Amino acid sequence: MTQPSVDQVWAWLDEVPDPEIPVISLVDLGIIRDVDWQGDTLCVTVTPTYSGCPATTIINLDIETALREKGIDKLELKRQLSPAWTTDWLTEKGRAKLEEFGIAPPQPAGGPDRCPRCHSANLERISQFGSTPCKASWRCRDCLEPFDYFKCI
Amino acid sequence: MTKDDALFQFLLRMGDNTLILGHRVSEWCGHSPVLEEDIALANTALDMIGQTQLWLGLAGEVEGNGRSADDLAFLRDAWDFRNVLLTELPNGDFGQTLMRQFLFDAFQSVMLNWLQDSSNTRIAEIAEKASKEVSYHLERSGDTVIGLGDGTEESHAKMQAALDYLWPYVGEMFDGDAVDAVLAKEGIAPDPAELRPEFDAIVGAVLAEATLTVPDSPFVHKGGRDGRMHTEHLGHLLTQMQWLQRAYPGATW
Repeated sequence: MTQPSVDQVWAWLDEVPDPEIPVISLVDLGIIRDVDWQGDTLCVTVTPTYSGCPATTIINLDIETALREKGIDKLELKRQLSPAWTTDWLTEKGRAKLEEFGIAPPQPAGGPDRCPRCHSANLERISQFGSTPCKASWRCRDCLEPFDYFKCI
Repeated sequence: MTKDDALFQFLLRMGDNTLILGHRVSEWCGHSPVLEEDIALANTALDMIGQTQLWLGLAGEVEGNGRSADDLAFLRDAWDFRNVLLTELPNGDFGQTLMRQFLFDAFQSVMLNWLQDSSNTRIAEIAEKASKEVSYHLERSGDTVIGLGDGTEESHAKMQAALDYLWPYVGEMFDGDAVDAVLAKEGIAPDPAELRPEFDAIVGAVLAEATLTVPDSPFVHKGGRDGRMHTEHLGHLLTQMQWLQRAYPGATW
């Protein structure tokens, strides 16, 4: 088969959902650092979000499964630690999808700017941590709904 | 001592600190005072176990005997561990757990900050990654120490008692030896004594705001980071942590 272009591979990877937050793709999450052909081997470079995140191994498995289904048989997954993943790498599309799903996207101020449901700015933090390593727990004082906030790191 | 021997020892110290403290903190899972704290402690433990995989993974590579991070974690006995004694102490109450976390986070943040400029790029990369997580831990453990220290009469008394109990274990983190001297000369890792002023500044500011008093005693418990003499608590911890690999050698997920 002819070698799919790097752009094509990026498009395929953009269809692979994050295992913990399936509304966004791995590309949206900003953890795919590089896609490159080295001879007849496709190298995909991935950076972990949190060093202990249990989703990391599942993510590698999902990438492999998705690309094999597209006919890629020579595949190498590389781990890259530096530069360390930052929430600045979330795509705008990813941020919008997070909010639509009910998770407030990260903000430089260190807390959500508005409730993902009613958009009120009257908020309080419940815990610095949440249901996954990448989230914290907040509550809206107006609609009273608790919600996840994607931590800014 | 060759540079690689020293490097292996240093990486064990880094990895064993996060492994043993990570395991200790995970013992709170399902037992914390409130749900949010349970989640916070479990997440903190998870970050530390994740960092352990990076440190011990590199330790295995440096050693060159084909041992993986899992082999090092589950198949060594107490005398081969190189964690400081502070990390293996039992949790005590919630306040004591958070005080221990704060003292360790303060040390770790200063250490990782230094290591980000290590002449060994693998170490610098791990430090860069772990540093982000540890800053977050330090913010939380510091806030909690202040909240409980400057809280009710009872919470204040418990936090002061925790500090009095844990303080004699602080000095070991800064007690350099031949391993550190070899690595300091190469610009790979610091002489830990060099980190003390910055640690004292962080801890002094938080404890003052928490209305807690640093004990006036120079006594230091040591023997963990050089493996000479661990406390009896480490062996008990390992019986839990290593049970599965001991009972079913080589078992995999």
